[in-house]
Amino acid sequence: MNQFIPRGTSKISARGLNVHYGDKQALHDIDLDIPAGEVTALIGPSGCGKSTFLRCINRMNDMVDGAKVTGSLTLDGSDVYDRQLDVVQLRARVGMVFQKPNPFPKSIYDNVAYGPRIHGLARDQAELDEIVMNSLEKAGLLAEVESRLSESGTSLSGGQQQRLCIARAIAVAPEVILMDEPCSALDPIATAKVEELIDELRDNYTIVIVTHSMQQAARVSQRTAFFHLGKLIEVGGTEEIFTNPREPLTQGYITGRFG
Amino acid sequence: MTEMTEITSAVRTAETVAARLNRRYAAERRFRLLGLASIVLSAGFLVLLLGTVIAKGWTGFLQTQIAVEVAFDPQVIDPDGNRAPEVLDTADYPALVRNALAARLAPDADRGTRRDLSAMVSTMGAEQMRRMVAANPSVIGGRATLWLPASDKLDMVYKGQAPREVGADGNALSDRQLGWLAELEKTGQIRKAFNVQFFTGGDSRAPEQAGIWGAVVGSFFSLAVTLLISFPLGVATAVYLEEFAPKNRWTDLIEVNINNLAAVPSVVFGLLGLAVFLNVFHLPRSSPVAGGLVLALICLPTIIIAGRAALKAVPPSIRQAAAGLGASPLQIVAHHVLPLAMPGMLTGTILGMARALGETAPLLMIGMVAFIVDIPKSPLDPSAVLPVQIYLWAGSSERAFVEKTSAAIMVLLLFLVAMNMAAIMLRKKFERRW
Repeated sequence: MNQFIPRGTSKISARGLNVHYGDKQALHDIDLDIPAGEVTALIGPSGCGKSTFLRCINRMNDMVDGAKVTGSLTLDGSDVYDRQLDVVQLRARVGMVFQKPNPFPKSIYDNVAYGPRIHGLARDQAELDEIVMNSLEKAGLLAEVESRLSESGTSLSGGQQQRLCIARAIAVAPEVILMDEPCSALDPIATAKVEELIDELRDNYTIVIVTHSMQQAARVSQRTAFFHLGKLIEVGGTEEIFTNPREPLTQGYITGRFG
Repeated sequence: MTEMTEITSAVRTAETVAARLNRRYAAERRFRLLGLASIVLSAGFLVLLLGTVIAKGWTGFLQTQIAVEVAFDPQVIDPDGNRAPEVLDTADYPALVRNALAARLAPDADRGTRRDLSAMVSTMGAEQMRRMVAANPSVIGGRATLWLPASDKLDMVYKGQAPREVGADGNALSDRQLGWLAELEKTGQIRKAFNVQFFTGGDSRAPEQAGIWGAVVGSFFSLAVTLLISFPLGVATAVYLEEFAPKNRWTDLIEVNINNLAAVPSVVFGLLGLAVFLNVFHLPRSSPVAGGLVLALICLPTIIIAGRAALKAVPPSIRQAAAGLGASPLQIVAHHVLPLAMPGMLTGTILGMARALGETAPLLMIGMVAFIVDIPKSPLDPSAVLPVQIYLWAGSSERAFVEKTSAAIMVLLLFLVAMNMAAIMLRKKFERRW
């Protein structure tokens, strides 16, 4: 689906990124590079701005009243906040999976087919079927739902719903997938399945995941960025961050002294 | 020492709580009784209201009829014998009815007696004969026994809603007529049958001929106009205000105004309709078009408020999911939010329409209170609507209109209950949980 992504090149890069919600500043001068073809985890205590940063990448903050973004954020070198850039096009390239599984109250098939339909990705029904099946397959859900594609997406279990949402996101063939605490509403078994899935997906997609669980960050990510009070404290290889953090704040957080 | 105090205080707490327990129970019991009493009281009033209406009105669905053996006398109907339609149409059928009654009840009647006789049957009897002749001229020269509708006075007496004692004061019927009634009863030539006229006729000055069909059709046309105007406008307004409009002083102002408009007395909308729709746009007076437009204005705030509530109830996660896939704001609304909000919007619309169906005052302002006999054929024809028809009949002096009024109220209530049931079923059917 996607062409080979050279590892290590910077897919997304933020320079001096500031976000305000009304009078409150949520992000301060963020400089962060997110490499292609890897999983980057954003960690930090509640309210540290990691979700805000994630939502800047596909401009979901546009939907929030009073949100203001300054500084530069580029995807493949072109400015995400360029006035010329169409947000619909951006979101087709940058998919998103939310904290709470939010399938549409439609059939499983229609859930996955929705993205390709609105973007006109399939020329005919057969092609659409193929995209849907492929996406469900990649999300590891096909075997479980193959016989009941016309049932409502909301009838699935929580973990299945979240994998359906992932299938829905990859059906559009995005380059980047943003995940906002995708496992926080799931039980440990469903979490394990989603984590396994994330690991498989990183060959084809650049993944940015916000998580509250440091174990999860350690398990699924290659790079980790630690946010605190709207500032980026430290970023580096996941192993390095967890074994040998440079900053005392990071050390304090990963050893559970606060958070 | 401290241990002792702790124990004592624990005991004291238990005692204090126990002492207050009975008071608490009593207070709870009182509160429950109060609620129960108010429910019983309101249910009682409802039963009283419905009971009165039904007791007074159910006989309105029945019509008293007299069996009369009439002769289709060729001398009266068509003296020339050439069966010309206009001659058949204008023949003196009332005389035939009168003759038939005289032959049965008072063979040697004088003029005064004959007048009394013809006052026993409705003029619809002669009309019934005329239609028979028009449909099939070969009945001329023959005889037939017909069930002719009684006049409203005989109808009232026979149904027991007017005094029947011979010689009583303020009798609807003369003593002679009462005698005839007794004779008809003896031979079984008088009966109560289902009142078809009430459901198929237009308004009339003669109570036994008055029906609600004209008002039903008028109400239908008015509501159709109302629905056509207020539903699309209301939904579009709700969607724009809820999904697209920026939140600023202007939209706040509009919101406050819409909420206030929902509480404006409907007669004010009637005055507005009079000033704008009749005086400026010169729409036909008393017509369902003008009435429907006024009712649409009354419904709009309700529909908008219900629509916005329905849109608000759609969880933001659905909007985010669609936006995350790259759906445009219009696609988010059209593909996801609106379909999910539609049942709520429809419920609000039906409730608004139910309110519009019962509105009287604003329609009086635009002249829908006129006495209209003809059944309206289009929304441009003058017509009455059900509540106004009830209002008109309630103000009529004939005793027989009392039961007509109550019967019409029952029909109106039936429509209202049906609409509210539809709304409830719609809500139940599409109720969704996320």
